[in-house]
Amino acid sequence: MSRITEVFLKKSNNVLNVYCTAGYPELNSTLTVMQALQNHGADLIELGMPYSDPLADGPIIQESSSIALQNGMTIQVLFEQLKDCRNTIHVPIILMGYMNPILQYGFEAFCQKAVEVGVDGLILPDLPEYEFETMYGAMIKKYGLDFIFLITPETSETRIKKLDALSSGFLYAVSSSATTGNDKNFAEVEKYLQNLQQMHLKNPIMVGFGIKDHATFIAACKYCNGAIIGSAYIKALSGSVDIETGTENFLQNIIK
Amino acid sequence: MITEKTQNQSFTHPDANGYFGMFGGAYIPEMLHRNVEELRSRYLDIMQEKSFVKEYNQLLRDYVGRPSPLFLAERLSAQFKTNIYLKREDLNHTGAHKINNAIGQVLLAQCLGKKRIIAETGAGQHGVATATVCALKGLECIVYMGVKDIERQAPNVARMQMLGAKVVPATSGSQTLKDATNEAIRDWINHPNDTHYVIGSVVGPHPYPDMVARFQSIISEETRWQLKEKTGSELPTHVIACVGGGSNAAGAFYHFLEDTAVQLIAVEAAGHGINSGMSAATTQLGKPGILHGSKSLVMQTIDGQVVEPHSISAGLDYPGIGPLHAHLYKTGRATFLSATDEEALKAAFEVSKLEGIIPALETAHAFAALHQMHFKPTDVIVICLSGRGDKDLSTYMQAMEINA
Repeated sequence: MSRITEVFLKKSNNVLNVYCTAGYPELNSTLTVMQALQNHGADLIELGMPYSDPLADGPIIQESSSIALQNGMTIQVLFEQLKDCRNTIHVPIILMGYMNPILQYGFEAFCQKAVEVGVDGLILPDLPEYEFETMYGAMIKKYGLDFIFLITPETSETRIKKLDALSSGFLYAVSSSATTGNDKNFAEVEKYLQNLQQMHLKNPIMVGFGIKDHATFIAACKYCNGAIIGSAYIKALSGSVDIETGTENFLQNIIK
Repeated sequence: MITEKTQNQSFTHPDANGYFGMFGGAYIPEMLHRNVEELRSRYLDIMQEKSFVKEYNQLLRDYVGRPSPLFLAERLSAQFKTNIYLKREDLNHTGAHKINNAIGQVLLAQCLGKKRIIAETGAGQHGVATATVCALKGLECIVYMGVKDIERQAPNVARMQMLGAKVVPATSGSQTLKDATNEAIRDWINHPNDTHYVIGSVVGPHPYPDMVARFQSIISEETRWQLKEKTGSELPTHVIACVGGGSNAAGAFYHFLEDTAVQLIAVEAAGHGINSGMSAATTQLGKPGILHGSKSLVMQTIDGQVVEPHSISAGLDYPGIGPLHAHLYKTGRATFLSATDEEALKAAFEVSKLEGIIPALETAHAFAALHQMHFKPTDVIVICLSGRGDKDLSTYMQAMEINA
């Protein structure tokens, strides 16, 4: 059983997945940030691999990616940083990134190395299901990595079922059809989440995009298993003097 | 040498999943799926509807001024001791081939019930073309343009604004065409219902490369019958076109792709020189990768970060190339040459003095390639004169000052 699945067995509500960008704010702060997230209540860590053209991300995460790239972050450097992470990090680690840097690294080599350093799952927003089914899915499964597809309020019911069948670990429900960090009235997505809950999908559902405080976190968790926080945390990190206190203050405010 | 053409596969059409050989596809986040899928499932049917065909052809004729002439450039021909014909896309309304696609896509967007049109632009030609058609059709138009390009291309920014479009500066990343494209894609993600994204080149996720090539294919469709009238044969020996993303080349090659006797020459921008670090010659410098939703050749670092190209012409200043062209390159169906900034400038002045036609800087690259080739007196060469040079006058004026 994967480490991600274990989390949902132990805890079926209010699961908190926090996104951070590898190599941000400093090249070597990746593990410090992960440690702080684990210390202060993150159940899962989504680690973003920075890319020059991150289509599915909003301005805040893109900015953190640019800084991480300027800092010198690459997939190779990241794997080096993560090589002993399992001595201290016990929560599941999900790598989030775009296809192009992974293709240059070598897709299979990437999966192999990811497992070797202790990564549990992948979120690759620009890997569509056709290419997943025909080319890459087999390699991901071969190395025992979970693969998490995104769904949106625009995704049809048939397609949700298909993406649920292809996913393992959890399903990532985008709360509004928008790039990350977009401010929308949360109430309008409640119905969408309610509908998802009633579909009784195989995977737990984590909702992301637009969650920034305790109220939005609780609202998101009402109809699904937990929530993903990205832009709001990056914003908090950029404004805090040290990573530990910044993370502590931020997460206390979310979990309460 | 042609190595990868199989019996059933044409060069012209991608497979059902949008692949030209190994290039193409639709590498898009789920947030774009519904929009792209709606387009994919309907574009071919709409493009074949009688009412659509009628309106498209009528606008091309009465508004754009098609067919664009095929002109025998006698003095240029004499210089290269061969027969050179110019396909005059520069005479189109708005001054370039871009309008062919803009009209097609805006009409298609109307058929899909879209009320809001977005576009990206580099030099501003595609932005102006899209703003023009939106004005004609009374549709809201938003054009994303890199901050640096807004500074470099002030007259085109003013033209778009005069046409009623809103020009939104793309401030992320390198602040040029690639980032304007990212911003336009994000806008589309944030407006999943009422918006159509008019991509200006044969790039992007399937069905864009095929759809844009179809809208530009009017160039070679006309060339065939025009050549027949003038020479008695529909087929030239060579077709030459410049390539950034590759829309004018796709249009100029389209109806000759399966006639393998016709040599297709694509000319990329070498910038300061292929190995100068300041170039946009994607087939020479790129590797297979994914950019803006399709797998193609992409200029990138060893770690897979997309790099900022350089060309004196903003229209060729793009780190990728359409998947059709990547396939033509890989299979050898087209020959890829390149011209430096300096060679392009020289060619622009040469054509201006020999033929009384000031070409766009992009097109000047196609002319520059003439100097790298050898022709027989019996050869028939078609050069796609993709745009006029009015927009490049300040660059040409600088060049004249330097050489004065």
